[in-house]
Amino acid sequence: MSSAKSGLTQNHFELFSLNVSFDIDSKQLSDNFRALQQAVHPDRFANASDQERRISVQRAAQINEAHQVLKSPQRRARYIIELQGVVFDDQANPVMEPMFLMQQMELREGLSDVKSKPDPEAALDKILSDLKVSRSEVISKLSAQLSEPENADLDQASQLMHELQFLDKLQSESELIEEELMDNL
Amino acid sequence: MALLQISEPGQATKPHERKLAAGIDLGTTNSLVASVRSGQASILPDVNGEELLPSIVHYSADADIKVGSAAKKYKITDPLNTISSVKRYMGRSLDDIKSKESSLHYDFVEIDSAVPRIQTIAGAVSAIEVSANILSVLKERAQLTLGDELVGVVITVPAYFDDAQRQATKDAGKLAGLNVLRLLNEPTAAAVAYGLDKGSDGVIAVYDLGGGTFDISILRVTKGVFEVLATAGDTALGGDDFDHAITEWVKEQLELSVNNDKSLNNQIISAACQAKQQLTTEQIATINIEHSGKTLTLNIDRDQFNSLIDPLIKKTLMPCRRALRDADVELEDVTAVVMVGGSTRVLRVRDKVGEHFKQDPMVDINPDTVVAIGAAIQADVLVGNKSEDDLLLLDIVPLSLGLETMGNLVEKIIPRNTTIPVARAQEFTTYKDGQTAMSMHVVQGERELVSDCRSLGRFSLKGIPPLVAGSARIRVTFEVDADGLLHVSAREETTGVESGIEVKPSYGLTDTEIEKMLIDSMEHAEEDVAARMLHEQQVEANRVIEALAAALEDDGNMLSVEERQLIDIAAENLVAVVTGTDNRAIKNAMQELDKVAEVFVSRRMDSNIRKAMAGHNVDEFET
Repeated sequence: MSSAKSGLTQNHFELFSLNVSFDIDSKQLSDNFRALQQAVHPDRFANASDQERRISVQRAAQINEAHQVLKSPQRRARYIIELQGVVFDDQANPVMEPMFLMQQMELREGLSDVKSKPDPEAALDKILSDLKVSRSEVISKLSAQLSEPENADLDQASQLMHELQFLDKLQSESELIEEELMDNL
Repeated sequence: MALLQISEPGQATKPHERKLAAGIDLGTTNSLVASVRSGQASILPDVNGEELLPSIVHYSADADIKVGSAAKKYKITDPLNTISSVKRYMGRSLDDIKSKESSLHYDFVEIDSAVPRIQTIAGAVSAIEVSANILSVLKERAQLTLGDELVGVVITVPAYFDDAQRQATKDAGKLAGLNVLRLLNEPTAAAVAYGLDKGSDGVIAVYDLGGGTFDISILRVTKGVFEVLATAGDTALGGDDFDHAITEWVKEQLELSVNNDKSLNNQIISAACQAKQQLTTEQIATINIEHSGKTLTLNIDRDQFNSLIDPLIKKTLMPCRRALRDADVELEDVTAVVMVGGSTRVLRVRDKVGEHFKQDPMVDINPDTVVAIGAAIQADVLVGNKSEDDLLLLDIVPLSLGLETMGNLVEKIIPRNTTIPVARAQEFTTYKDGQTAMSMHVVQGERELVSDCRSLGRFSLKGIPPLVAGSARIRVTFEVDADGLLHVSAREETTGVESGIEVKPSYGLTDTEIEKMLIDSMEHAEEDVAARMLHEQQVEANRVIEALAAALEDDGNMLSVEERQLIDIAAENLVAVVTGTDNRAIKNAMQELDKVAEVFVSRRMDSNIRKAMAGHNVDEFET
């Protein structure tokens, strides 16, 4: 999205010298991220011309963007799906599995009770850690689907992406409550 | 063309070529300047050997400005013209200040500017100018000690400072005539000061509890690179709240009703503060209050003190949990906890933080000086006194940046904890048929409602072609640079209409205001400014010429004959005008050169990227 202005034509995986796959070596990702930033970060050009600084900021921003996409399982999955030429529709109203929906409703109910609990912080912590577990379950399913993108069932993968979106929404709602709790302590 | 000295990569510049750089901690209570000399970072004291410069400025009728201890003595005799704790007002609107402060210590006035001013006998001054006065003294001190002009400085800011506060800090530096190489987050500076880049790799938590603010940052350090993973905090929590808790307890115990007795209240607060400090070394402290001709005495022991402040310490642990979660790091992964800020001298704070992170926090470096030391080390690297594979600091956006959308809601464009620099774009559309303008409101914060977030600026995009509602495509781009400063631009995609805005925060100074202040600060105003601008332009032009010559020597083969020719011609044109006095001609020649050299600079940058990845290529290993 931010690559419009520049000459970097590689996709994010290529930029980081990684194979296009959901399963990436996170150590290699961060090692390469550091090597790339060492090469282009504006701090390396503190005394350079304004032009060099400007281009260094652009490149550093692109590398950061690519890193954020590759680092986040969710954004990585979405990126892989899109690299296969499928446009993922955020607004779509997918049919969710009943089991998943049940789980969601429980979490949501828990969340709405948080503020009336004797120890709201602990209650919120519990929900956040439950969310983390649910997330890692979905992510491992995604990993199974997308480790070899060319053989993936993209419909199934998109479905899992929608599940992650659900969890994300709950996560941000939890954080809003956390924000209120912090303000009112 | 000038002869060039090109040092080998990895080779530090020779001692006599060392460029002078300094790190500045522009603090709420005290400010400091530090520099690296003979490979060692140290605080630069004033002529009397004082390291701390109290962040106090006194203005007088004869335009004599006193800073530091010299200003401090006017606090009681001339309180309205003696400005302290000005950092609290940086980047703030008058409404903000009013809502945060229980009572205003100064005479705030609103003139025809977004920035509130404090009325003094020497005229109305903004927080930025007061800060610039402090910075000027530190600059003088550094140049006197080091014996020459400073090439550049690094100024530290709280990690939790928003865009308006950062912008104000940078403007203060500019106003003080400093070349601000970078705004650095205080916790990152502290981690650098502890030399944690030199030890083994790991995850560091920096717990920074000052007088009035708290923040926690989680950093990962790997082979000299500090990567800030997450930051969280509370801008209204600090040691002052400890004093307040003791004060309330004292009033209750002594059954004192203070009502409007300001002097009694101040007496209790300062006694409370003293007791707090005493309790870091003693088991018990005695509080004496003079009231109605009697001396009231009260003892406070550590247990009592601890029970008063425990709820406040607990309040700091919630942001700690959030920061770890945002960083996607488990508590067990934290390899070091660094304590910063005067309030971490309180033993209970150290104990509770140690308990929380399950390890003893690091407290070896004086919490007052640690930040300036770290900034000095970074400044030394930035001016190029260190070899290339040194220290690199990757900072983040502390608070989400977004736009106001329908119904007073915030649409986040750049979420908190995104590594900077960053550029993100998002498309918006019109909601009325034939709509030709769109106004945008840039905000910062985590809350859902615009009114709960901080307003950074408003701007409008005009000249949108009149279309059916929903069919115009307006692409808004947010860019945050390495200092954490935001630039917003907007463009209507179907016609290419662009709004030429550099969003300055609503509560920031405009460039015209800064220029005017610069003029006002000089004796022979206009000639001085013109001379200074010409000089700056020449310095920049010479830098461009030299850098280009070096680049062409190294990588000239990246260009075709035609491309090379265009660059050579433009460079010669610039060389021809650079020693002249025509500022415009230099500027134009530079712009021409920039245009033809763009492709070259880009290719070199991309070649850097390829070099960095050489040997990292998995495909090469696998095939």
